[in-house]
Amino acid sequence: MISISPFLPALTLGLGGMLLLVLGVSARRVALQAANGGAMLVLLCAAAATLAAPDGVLFNGLLKTTLFTRFADTLIYIGAFAALVLSFDFNRKEGIGRFEYPVLVLFAVLGMVVMVSANDLMSLYVGFELQSLALYIAAALARDSLRSTEAGLKYFVLGALASGLLLYGISLTYGFTGTTSFPAIAGLLGGAVPTGALVGLTFVVVGLAFKISAAPFHMWTPDVYEGAPTSVSALFGTAPKAAAFALFLSVLTGPFGPLLKEWQPLIVILAVLSMALGAIAAIVQTNIKRLLAYSSIGHMGYALIGFAAGTAAGYQASLIYVALYVVMSAGAFACVIAFRRNGRAVETIADLAGLAAERPGLALGLAIFMWAMAGIPPLSGFFGKLYVFLAAIDAGLLPLAIIGVLTSVIGAFYYLRVIKVMYFDAGQPGFDRASPGVNFIIGLGAVVTVLFIAAPSPLISAASAAARALMG
Amino acid sequence: MNLAGFPILSLITWLPLAGVFYIATLKGAEADIACHVRKAALLTSLVPLALGVWLWSQFNPAVAGFQFNEAYAWLPGLAVTYKVGIDGISLVLVLLTLFITPIAILSAQGITTRVRAFFSAVLLLESFTVAMFTATDFLVFYIFFEAVLLPMYLLIGVWGGPRRVYAALKFFLFTLFGSLFMLVALVWIWRNLGTTDIATLLHTPIPAGAQMWLFVAFLVAFGVKAAVWPLHTWLPDAYGEAPIPGTILLAAVLSKMGAYGFLRFAVPMLPNAVQQAEPLMFTLGVVAVIYISLVALAQTDVKRLIAYSSVAHMGVIIIGIFTFTVEGIEGALVQMLSHGLIIAGLFVATGVLAARGEGLAMNRLGGLARNMPGFAVLLMLFSLANMGLPGTSGFIGEILVIVGALKVNFWVSLLGGAGMVLGCAYMLVMVRAVLFDKHSSAAVAAFTDLKASEYAALIPLAVLVLWVGIYPASFTHLLDAPVAALVQTHTAALASHTQLAMVFSK
Repeated sequence: MISISPFLPALTLGLGGMLLLVLGVSARRVALQAANGGAMLVLLCAAAATLAAPDGVLFNGLLKTTLFTRFADTLIYIGAFAALVLSFDFNRKEGIGRFEYPVLVLFAVLGMVVMVSANDLMSLYVGFELQSLALYIAAALARDSLRSTEAGLKYFVLGALASGLLLYGISLTYGFTGTTSFPAIAGLLGGAVPTGALVGLTFVVVGLAFKISAAPFHMWTPDVYEGAPTSVSALFGTAPKAAAFALFLSVLTGPFGPLLKEWQPLIVILAVLSMALGAIAAIVQTNIKRLLAYSSIGHMGYALIGFAAGTAAGYQASLIYVALYVVMSAGAFACVIAFRRNGRAVETIADLAGLAAERPGLALGLAIFMWAMAGIPPLSGFFGKLYVFLAAIDAGLLPLAIIGVLTSVIGAFYYLRVIKVMYFDAGQPGFDRASPGVNFIIGLGAVVTVLFIAAPSPLISAASAAARALMG
Repeated sequence: MNLAGFPILSLITWLPLAGVFYIATLKGAEADIACHVRKAALLTSLVPLALGVWLWSQFNPAVAGFQFNEAYAWLPGLAVTYKVGIDGISLVLVLLTLFITPIAILSAQGITTRVRAFFSAVLLLESFTVAMFTATDFLVFYIFFEAVLLPMYLLIGVWGGPRRVYAALKFFLFTLFGSLFMLVALVWIWRNLGTTDIATLLHTPIPAGAQMWLFVAFLVAFGVKAAVWPLHTWLPDAYGEAPIPGTILLAAVLSKMGAYGFLRFAVPMLPNAVQQAEPLMFTLGVVAVIYISLVALAQTDVKRLIAYSSVAHMGVIIIGIFTFTVEGIEGALVQMLSHGLIIAGLFVATGVLAARGEGLAMNRLGGLARNMPGFAVLLMLFSLANMGLPGTSGFIGEILVIVGALKVNFWVSLLGGAGMVLGCAYMLVMVRAVLFDKHSSAAVAAFTDLKASEYAALIPLAVLVLWVGIYPASFTHLLDAPVAALVQTHTAALASHTQLAMVFSK
């Protein structure tokens, strides 16, 4: 008799999603509100179940839940919940208020939860595809908009390529080790390493790097962020990033753990390229969603620094970084959603001129997120960078830390530009008031970002416990 | 926990935040609440000042180390505690900050747009600055050293003059670039000595080989902030473009952060490197004094002239610090205090002129002694103090630095002292152009004398300038113990190093 309780969160998400689907089809008039409220409720229940869930290995070793997976799950719920709150008002105003969206979010979250707790290459791939497919549809949610459908299609085509690469990597690994179970693969790779497994490892890394949009596999990110409805971009910028990063960590430290020396250089390359590209390419952007896309590429680079260190302290640093980034990113997207002039969404940076004079709270919110992303103390982003750089230095990756410091100075320039436009430039009045939900997310995100310095220990201790659980 | 029995330093540091919250939550149209916001800000800045004065009365000047210590568990895993405490050096600078902030708020009568944000930024700046001066952990120090940038960037950029955007960006990037070097040095020290606790670091020798590059890193970081020539180029722009209260805070308080950094970190932790760098620092100081004084002489705008005069006086402070004598360092500290008071007085006076609405170009003013006698007396007092006239605070600082320098090098002393002569030249040019001469226009002749709020800002500064000038012991007795300890450790560290070298050479 196995206990089902470690699987309860996933079960809640799956059943909840299907229930809402039935409800949405049968009760058309109240479908949107019911689906949104229901989806939030399901997420909360799943989060509660996750916090109460014990460690466990399920279904003959297909899934494994630990402190690490619960940490990642919590981040996913936070990101998805924020994205749902943000989408509610925005989707209605943009005429895309369909009840399918919250349902898709739930299925995407289910996929993420499954892939994060995967303990077998097969369950990994199933979870991975479930979240990907749900997100492809979400990107094309505004199906009458050329930009949105183009974004959805681009995401789908490139995503399918990445899935193909991942699957190829998985099949090579299976072919050369004869098993798909994580512990078994790790055991076999501990001895003589077949070359085919190394090729498989490379393909797996590429497939996952695509999902976290690490350079040079980032090409889809700016287009999709820009083209997708902003509420969907807000989702892309938070939950899937955290999930894919956690999966990346668990795959490379789990089955490929013995190959640390082989994958470490790959992660270093990804980190350097992402940081450099994120910092330099963002300078010329004029659209704030594209700017946030490049910024997210850069941030994944910083998070990968801790990963590349290959130590418990490094993984801890990466988890801290990703957690802080999810909050900042949700807050920044909430600000973008709040920018509306005379009923129309504003997306170019130049249009933000004069925001501080008219909506000081909103401008302060975005300024806080921008400064935090730039890594200026005393805001939370600084501590994320501090932890990853220290971990890198302790692991003997001093050049990586130096590159990180340099790119963050370059990056500070474009974050500062957004603040400059909001605060210093005179602009036309006419900004609309944001809805309470959006204001709530901005306020909460800003408070967490600002006050992290006062109480850093809960997150840091949790990340430390998660990193230890990851190392086994 | 500490002498006071309650966390007095944290209270002083974070009390202004209460004002920020109060101001930020005020509702109403800008014009209606402006007066209320101003009063609230002033009141919030006066309470920490009162607490600071009480702290001063409770402070034990015989102790060289940190007092009123507080420590809170902070970053787990990194073994960093949030630690604060003060010694005589930081107490003087904390008092200066607490005193200057209400003055700056009083002089902000001209700010009428986005008042809530403005006074919030000023109070935030006060909190961060005090947090930095009281930090006894290197990481905490670094965080607030950088954090000061955020409110200051907005103060310059939003409420500044015509070239404010350029000035704000230049200020931000210069300082960010500089503090990056400090971050590198900080991480190196942290990883190699295993701690960021300043009290421990002071007693942990750093290998002589690493000292030189650490010093270069500190020099860039603190030199930018202290506007040491040639890292000062951001300063005339920032001072010139910032709104008057921002300029006052920049010149009186923020510029002291760099000099404080030299005293707190570079001098005690890197004895060999600072000794080697002494000629370099003397040169930089002397160049600042002479060259920048000449530049000041060429200015046509009152505000920029005072800005350059400020850089010149920072040169004196640098010379004083790097004499490594009790007189020199104590002189530098008195000069920091005195410069803070005088420069604040001069900028408040500039603000008075700006508020009269005829601009700050010297050729468009003149003859103000006739219609603004009160103003003329006070401006004259601050100008004389800036020249280092005996009886004013400026004299005490400069004479101590000159005496300290004389012990080390005659020429440095002579050339540094030349600054006093050049100071007379440009200050008297300014005084003549503004107060004497003929009225350049009817509008200038119609200027009214100081208002109550302007007196309220200038009189306390004038009183303190005279107080420090006439009875400096009230402040120097705070500095005696820590400065003596500083000089002693420096000499001892050098002696042990020389002995070691002799042992090896045998």
